[in-house]
Amino acid sequence: MADIRSEFLGIRSPNPFWLASAPPTDKEVNVTRAFEAGWGGVVWKTLGEDPHVVNVNGPRYATLMSQDRRVIGLNNIELITDRPLAVNLEEIRRIKRAWPDRAMIVSLMVPCVEESWKRILPMVEDTGADGIELNFGCPHGMSERGMGAAVGQVPEYIQMVTAWCKQYSRLPVIVKLTPNITDVRQPARAAKAGGADAVSLINTINSVMGVDLERMAMSPHTGGWGSHGGYCGPAVKPIALNMVAEIARDAQTAGLPISGIGGITTWRDAAEYIALGCGTVQVCTAAMVYGFKIVQDLCDGLSNFMDAHGYDRIDDFRGQAVPTVKDWKQLDLNHIEKAVIDQDACIGCGRCHVVCEDTSHQAITFDKQGGVRRFAVNEAECVGCNLCASICPVPECISMRSLAPGEVDARTGRTVTGEYANWTTHPNNPQRIAA
Amino acid sequence: METTASRACGVHAARLNLADYAVNFSDAHPPLTRPQALVEAERCYYCFDAPCATACPTGIDIPSFIHRIAQGNERGAARAILEANPLGGMCARVCPTEVLCEEACVRNAHDDKAVEIGALQRHATDAYFAQPGAPLFTRAAPTGRRVAVVGAGPAGLACAHGLALRGNDVVLFDARPKLGGLNEYGLASYKTTGGFAQKEVEWLLSIGGIEVRCRQVLGRDITVDGLLQAYDAVFLGLGLAGVNALGIAEPQVQGLRNAVDFIADIRQAEDLSAVPVGRRVVVIGGGMTAVDAAVQARKLGAEQVTIVYRRGPEGMSASAVEQQWAQTNGVTIRHWAAPQELLSEDGRVRGMRFAATALDATGRLAATGETFTLEADMVLKAIGQSYLQEHAGAAIALQAGRIATDAEGRTSVPRVWAGGDCRAGGRDLTVEAVEHGKVAARSISAALPG
Repeated sequence: MADIRSEFLGIRSPNPFWLASAPPTDKEVNVTRAFEAGWGGVVWKTLGEDPHVVNVNGPRYATLMSQDRRVIGLNNIELITDRPLAVNLEEIRRIKRAWPDRAMIVSLMVPCVEESWKRILPMVEDTGADGIELNFGCPHGMSERGMGAAVGQVPEYIQMVTAWCKQYSRLPVIVKLTPNITDVRQPARAAKAGGADAVSLINTINSVMGVDLERMAMSPHTGGWGSHGGYCGPAVKPIALNMVAEIARDAQTAGLPISGIGGITTWRDAAEYIALGCGTVQVCTAAMVYGFKIVQDLCDGLSNFMDAHGYDRIDDFRGQAVPTVKDWKQLDLNHIEKAVIDQDACIGCGRCHVVCEDTSHQAITFDKQGGVRRFAVNEAECVGCNLCASICPVPECISMRSLAPGEVDARTGRTVTGEYANWTTHPNNPQRIAA
Repeated sequence: METTASRACGVHAARLNLADYAVNFSDAHPPLTRPQALVEAERCYYCFDAPCATACPTGIDIPSFIHRIAQGNERGAARAILEANPLGGMCARVCPTEVLCEEACVRNAHDDKAVEIGALQRHATDAYFAQPGAPLFTRAAPTGRRVAVVGAGPAGLACAHGLALRGNDVVLFDARPKLGGLNEYGLASYKTTGGFAQKEVEWLLSIGGIEVRCRQVLGRDITVDGLLQAYDAVFLGLGLAGVNALGIAEPQVQGLRNAVDFIADIRQAEDLSAVPVGRRVVVIGGGMTAVDAAVQARKLGAEQVTIVYRRGPEGMSASAVEQQWAQTNGVTIRHWAAPQELLSEDGRVRGMRFAATALDATGRLAATGETFTLEADMVLKAIGQSYLQEHAGAAIALQAGRIATDAEGRTSVPRVWAGGDCRAGGRDLTVEAVEHGKVAARSISAALPG
């Protein structure tokens, strides 16, 4: 059986699944239940300075749901912990003592003042916690006070605060990044420059969940007024994976440990983050939708996947997909694919035809001779865009076939050479490099 | 609780406790809840050139109405349904969807389950009829033309509605005291509970421009010739007024009835406990009428109900789903037997002797020589209805015993259109009758000088 134990910045946990800093890790009672369920670690809900913050007493959450009421996305406007610092520290101390094999990371957010960090760091270290995570990501509420995402959006601040933390604490420092920026490599580089041991990402995305059309008010709202929240859940995973990959393949941050966050609901999601270089993954929304027991399914699925592929340890496949993430200009323009419809699997809904006809390349024909609806790819028009395969409701009904060297592309009449050629040398590129 | 009365031989009312009637005659297929409808709507793939819509005789744009349900736009869903089929509410209840739209659903492939189109259609129309709000459709400017529509069943109602919509003035005649035709008199009660047939009629008439004249029998109170003199055109939606005979001696005895009359009695009953039914009931026939009569006989408290049909299950015009419905309601279906002799005693039905049948070497139905007898105190005849020429007169040409028309419903007589079961060449489905009426309304409006 595969070994799914994790060692991240020297912090050991029985599995790579940590609960992200969020409502599920707010109190001793929650975290105890989490560890009983089997979570490998927690990032304690962000601590701040006393007097503690207060939260609204109206809706803090809202979801985007499918018709069968599966949660696709979750938005929240809850702030950092709204309990006194001493209470949190005492509970963290007790938990770490009771669960020494689990990772205990403490999330922190105090003003961008050296004194504030200098004051809180020893208190955290004193609890026996394994590491700290700097919350430079919360996009709501705290950012208005110059904290959270307001720090994460300024690389110089990230570097400065990170450096203070490294200076005043012996604990490993994880910098949690906000996605509410244009180029995630900049804050990651700043964290590294400040001495960060790792980055974690993504925090939540600025979001307004919707509008209550009866009251003509944004939703959720508290007594009629709302404020943007932080968006997370399965819908944000592609955004997070891109940011993780950008950091993993950036020459300046390559090798910087990453804790992946964003919509992880299944073992497969987790494995994808690990394949793009993450050493641990953090989960919040899935736990807030299904409860803590899901960690057992995550561990079981990951372990079976690793067994099936012959990976003994997480490091055996960590980062393996990173080299496949490239700039567009590096893609092979000589590689040709064509859609293939498995006529036995096809149920005849015709969606591939109508979307190709209406919105793509008019490459799927339709005939209903003898009352049989038949949809077929016209290779002379197919550009291999994958739209049909992407929207087909039947799994594996439409696949993409790569043309082998020697085959003729019916669309261009050109023979596939099998030679790699990209945009940088393409004749249509005014800035092309001479071959 | 079983009482002596409930098991007495003979034809008796009040075989059940009062509470049992309410349960037995409640909605056969309860409507989808809103969450169920939303989930089911999400199952629709929104097919291109959707096979379900092609399979619908009225051509309802099914993917559109389903997606409107999914988007919480039930009024829009109802509009998509009702503009193609003004009786979409009743059709949602009575259409054999398993051989129409749902049979065509691409979801059936690979042993998946079709989208519940009928149930969704009902969801949309129920939601609309519960709160109709502003009219969905408004009449065109008056044309000054007057059209007589004879027969207020599905065909006549659809035609009258379509004619009124186009600005024509319509006078709608019907022989019965209430409008609706088979919707009101000919369907099992549990298919259309809560007075839906009349609710639908009220909505159809609310378009305006339709004057209703009930208890007007064609050939007695009015004639086609007379109508042609007074109106610009005539539409005949007469249905089938005749009931086919068994082809054996039918003595005048208590307990021998037409299934259609039995069904009408149940539909019109103020108090179901007053409707008499036999202890042992035999229903002869293989169509929807046979099933509706047999199942309702069971639901009225008959102890044994047997449908006897002269051919095999595949020959029955009741769909497989209807046949199963009968069987799950405790009705026995016996195939390959034809009535041979009605047995009676003291003026009451005692049973019926049947001749076993089979296909002979040439593929024709023939008696095998074997016979058997079923004891019964009630025998219901449901071997089909027929067109009675005496009402509309002999001038209108027939085809296979029903009115011959072209695709738009024009008869051999100028300015006379026909549709519904009285028109030759259909499957006797409500939804086809609606289509006939709808198409004829369009055809009549186009033909009338502007």
